[in-house]
Amino acid sequence: MLCVASGLARPWRTEDAQARLSAGTGPPGTMEPCDSPESTPRQNASSNLKDYFLASTPWQKRLESVRKQTSLVQTTPRRKVPECSQLQETIDPHKLAFLLHKQWTLYSLTPLYKFSYTNLKEYSRLLSAFVAAEKQKGLAVEVGEDFNIKVIFSTLLGIKGTPRDSEAFLVQILSKSQLPSKNREDKVLWTGWFCCIFGDSFLETVSEDFTCLPLFLANGSESNTAIIGTWFQKTFDCYFSRLAINAFNLSWMAAMWTACKMDHYMATTEFLWSVPCSPQSLDICYAIHPEDAKALWDSVHKTPGEVTQEEVDLFMDCLCSHFHRHFKIHLSATRLVRVSTSVASAHTDGKIKILCHKYLIGVLAYLTELAVFQIE
Amino acid sequence: MKQWRALLWSAASAEAHARGGGCDFEFGRRLLESGPRKLCGGRGCQSLVLPQKRTDYTTLQVSNSCQTSFTVWKVKEIPRNSRFIMKTSNPVDDANDQAEDALQRAMGYFEKGPKKSSQSKDENLETHLKAVENVAWKNGLPPEAIDVLLNIALSGTFGNAVNTRLLKCMIPATLIAEDSVVKAVSWLCVGKCSGSIKVLFYRWLVTMLDFIDHKEQINLLYGFFFASLQDDVLCPYVCHLLYLLTKKDNVKPFRVRKLLDLQAKMGMQPHLQALLSLYKFFTPTLISVSLPVRKKIYFKTSENPWTSALIAVRQRNQRPSVGPLKLTLGPDNGPNVKRKWNSHSLIPVLNSGTYARECGKRVMSLSDYLNRNRSLPVEQLQSFPQLLQNIHCLELPAQMGSVLNHPLLLHYINCVRDESILLRLYHWLSQTLQEECLWYKKNNYEQGEEFMNLLDTVIRAQCFLQEGFYSCEAFLYKSFPLWDGICCRSQFLQLMSWIPFSSFSEIKPLLFDHLAPLFFTSTVYFKCSVLQSLKELLQNWLLWLSVDVPQSPMTCSPLDTTLGASIISVSKLIEYVGWLSTIALRLENNSAFLLHFILDFYEKVCDIYINYNLPLVMLLPPGIFYSALLSLDTSILNQLCYIMHRYRDNMTAAKKKDMLEKTKSEFNFSSKTCEEFNNYLTVMIGCLWTSKPFKKEMYIEPHILGKAKVTEYKSNLNLVLHPSLLNYAASFLLQENPEEKAVNVDTIRGQKWNKYLDYLFSEGLQGLKLFIQSSVQRFYAPQ
Repeated sequence: MLCVASGLARPWRTEDAQARLSAGTGPPGTMEPCDSPESTPRQNASSNLKDYFLASTPWQKRLESVRKQTSLVQTTPRRKVPECSQLQETIDPHKLAFLLHKQWTLYSLTPLYKFSYTNLKEYSRLLSAFVAAEKQKGLAVEVGEDFNIKVIFSTLLGIKGTPRDSEAFLVQILSKSQLPSKNREDKVLWTGWFCCIFGDSFLETVSEDFTCLPLFLANGSESNTAIIGTWFQKTFDCYFSRLAINAFNLSWMAAMWTACKMDHYMATTEFLWSVPCSPQSLDICYAIHPEDAKALWDSVHKTPGEVTQEEVDLFMDCLCSHFHRHFKIHLSATRLVRVSTSVASAHTDGKIKILCHKYLIGVLAYLTELAVFQIE
Repeated sequence: MKQWRALLWSAASAEAHARGGGCDFEFGRRLLESGPRKLCGGRGCQSLVLPQKRTDYTTLQVSNSCQTSFTVWKVKEIPRNSRFIMKTSNPVDDANDQAEDALQRAMGYFEKGPKKSSQSKDENLETHLKAVENVAWKNGLPPEAIDVLLNIALSGTFGNAVNTRLLKCMIPATLIAEDSVVKAVSWLCVGKCSGSIKVLFYRWLVTMLDFIDHKEQINLLYGFFFASLQDDVLCPYVCHLLYLLTKKDNVKPFRVRKLLDLQAKMGMQPHLQALLSLYKFFTPTLISVSLPVRKKIYFKTSENPWTSALIAVRQRNQRPSVGPLKLTLGPDNGPNVKRKWNSHSLIPVLNSGTYARECGKRVMSLSDYLNRNRSLPVEQLQSFPQLLQNIHCLELPAQMGSVLNHPLLLHYINCVRDESILLRLYHWLSQTLQEECLWYKKNNYEQGEEFMNLLDTVIRAQCFLQEGFYSCEAFLYKSFPLWDGICCRSQFLQLMSWIPFSSFSEIKPLLFDHLAPLFFTSTVYFKCSVLQSLKELLQNWLLWLSVDVPQSPMTCSPLDTTLGASIISVSKLIEYVGWLSTIALRLENNSAFLLHFILDFYEKVCDIYINYNLPLVMLLPPGIFYSALLSLDTSILNQLCYIMHRYRDNMTAAKKKDMLEKTKSEFNFSSKTCEEFNNYLTVMIGCLWTSKPFKKEMYIEPHILGKAKVTEYKSNLNLVLHPSLLNYAASFLLQENPEEKAVNVDTIRGQKWNKYLDYLFSEGLQGLKLFIQSSVQRFYAPQ
């Protein structure tokens, strides 16, 4: 691994990066679909026909959005710089701390059919029995029996973007301690949570039988995720799929998270580029002081409170050209695989760690957007 | 759409009737009635095993249709009661009669009970037992005999050895009366028979359950059987019996608890597992069990003293055999790569959605209760009439994706108005396609076959419904830009032909703009298959429009906006295909093979007005018209003639309707279309009939003609001289004068011309015939 820490001895020159802007956004050959804005409804001349044939039912609306996504007509996307949410104030600080500083594996999830928040206790009972039965394959267990393993459902109040978003909830597998003493806490074996932040556009496309929680985050062994996922898929007719983050979206994250105002920085801003070569790939780790990164961002950033595609491209190109000036390596020819900032860090495999509680909602909002894009 | 659906429905139901009426006679019906056997998805394979086994046996014997063998079987029953009337001199029958006489005597003996004298008792008993065994193993025993013998065997009149022999030969020829079984069970309570006899009896009962005429009374004994579980020796056999008898009402919390206690005592036993998982199936909220993936068979039926005898008897009695039933549990799937979470195949197994619905339903309303009692789990759905009867109270599958493999449920989702069902299917299918799509995965072509199978299943379902899924459309849009044109080609093109009708200009940038480069750079075979699926797409769209549009309320939505817009969409599709075809023809040097597929497409296009009642007439582009007209292939020329003939009919019909209605017409054929058609017609007549081709519009440089050594090109094209027809002319002349050494085709004129025409028509050029008859006024009277 080639580690580079840049002190930014030389001033950044945005103009020499500007020249290469047309080189394209994503790395060549990536399979992931391009991103497109949610906020720009396409104007259509033949609206008559469309009204007649489409747009009448939710899934047809959904189809419309797929067409919109894949259509070539794209305008430059704009996103908000993450801000501290008002709703976030209501989150239980204990639970909030629980969500931070953990590595979460991301999944997208189609809407849950006939899920009800009033039945969480019942679900706990059933899922406990299901997990117990899965753990000891072949042996039947009575629902409601006392096992060593317990599954608990609990809501995460306040983790939502708008009041219309479905309430987030947490599922935990606990192993009960064998000791009788009451103050011994149960050990948490596995945690997963479901959430939806600013998922309005998606919400419109489903009927009330469904609960939209497009983002699922899991921490714990893969086998436990599989058991829980299977139960949800069987019970609520939904579908889990891994949510990978492509380089294009990682750049967006890098830019948006750098743009966040921080009282104090906890970690260096770090990028990991991977060079595909055999037998082992070469990784280039590029670390910058977070304040330098912020300074660079401020120099490319124009519209207050908003991040545009041009700004993201320019930001990344500046970083790359700076690197090239020192090491004569074109980072644009390699693949960005990880971004870590003081706000959060994300890996292209679909793993994320959120560090700053202030911007939790902001980070989740972008992840929700990516999850919605995947299930639409 | 409704008309179309209704049409499909009736066809399918007729088919179901035909199937049901053909094979599923008495026995099959009883199997259906025997309820619990058929409930689980896995145990549904019994019904799958059934017909297959049946055919095995029918191939063994002289081929008898189910119907006839059934009558034979019925007749066979009669002689036993009216033996004396139907005496025959056949030695085999005589032997049978003697045996039956012996059986009668034995019956008498057993009914009266053994005599006191011990010496004669042993001898008599032995002969009578032999007589019974003889008949039983050969032909099976009638219900009355079974009633008597069962009573004897369990009452403890004789010793264990005799009882065992009796039980072992309890093979029914036809049926077993329910009463006999109930009586026998009552003997179990009095403690007269030993443990081994009890075991044998339970095994016999499990084997013969399908032969018992009714099961209501036996079901009432459920509690008694359940209590017998406590006997460790009996437990496996009782479990098996309960597994077959259990209905939803039988599953009670106290029974669940009892079973779990037993499990705690005895450990993981396959028979308990089977029963517990059945209980779980009925009440998922009471119990949870996870079954090992590999284990599928819970009850062994192989080492069973009756199975082989049953088969032999059945064969003898000449009725199609049901064969030994394989008891399985859980999904019956091949050794799929276990890749997904806990699932064995891509498409989920059919399970009714009791899980989610029963969750947390503490207070049940009256209507809920009534509904629940009457609702029909999807696993029990076996026939189309059953679907019709229960359509209002069907318990839908927990995972909607499972309907893809279930034609009856496809019928259901086709007519259901519930949006959530379609949404569930939409989400599942979209995600599955996206996850499995091969070219999204890097270097992962192992699951190629699985993905292809999934696509095939989806396509089959679409064909069945005559409708495309929206998920597939979305999938196409997402994945088409990344498609290499090779992977799953036939499936992909088929998916394309099922794109639901929508505005062409919207689809074009998503799909057809990506298709064109692939089309132009691929082989002629790829081009042909693309044209084929575009033809199917056009046909599907036309069908959709012709059925659905007339039903839309004409008054509130004026025709010229909705219908007009859809017609424009169709016409754009046709234009696009015209563009593709014209370029492809040049790329492939006017390949006749390709031209054939292109003309196939236009065969659909030319008949739109008459076949689909849609106001659209679009001509084929000149690039295709001239290539086809001057083709060296006779079949191409013939096809072109047919198409021109149909165009004429369509235009005439459209014009006639215009004249009749006299109102402002829905559409006017543009005078340009008419002009163009007339132009084509003139050229064709010139080339085929009047020998005056290309009168106005063509001018050829004289030096080119000089090079080609053609001086009189203006009269060198007609039915005789056309390059594709010249050999017909030659063989026509040879037929006339076989002796001729050199033929002069110029001699075909006047009366001979007419003869030549008839000759051409007789050679199968039907298109040409229709064209000539409709477009040329003939001066002779056709013979």
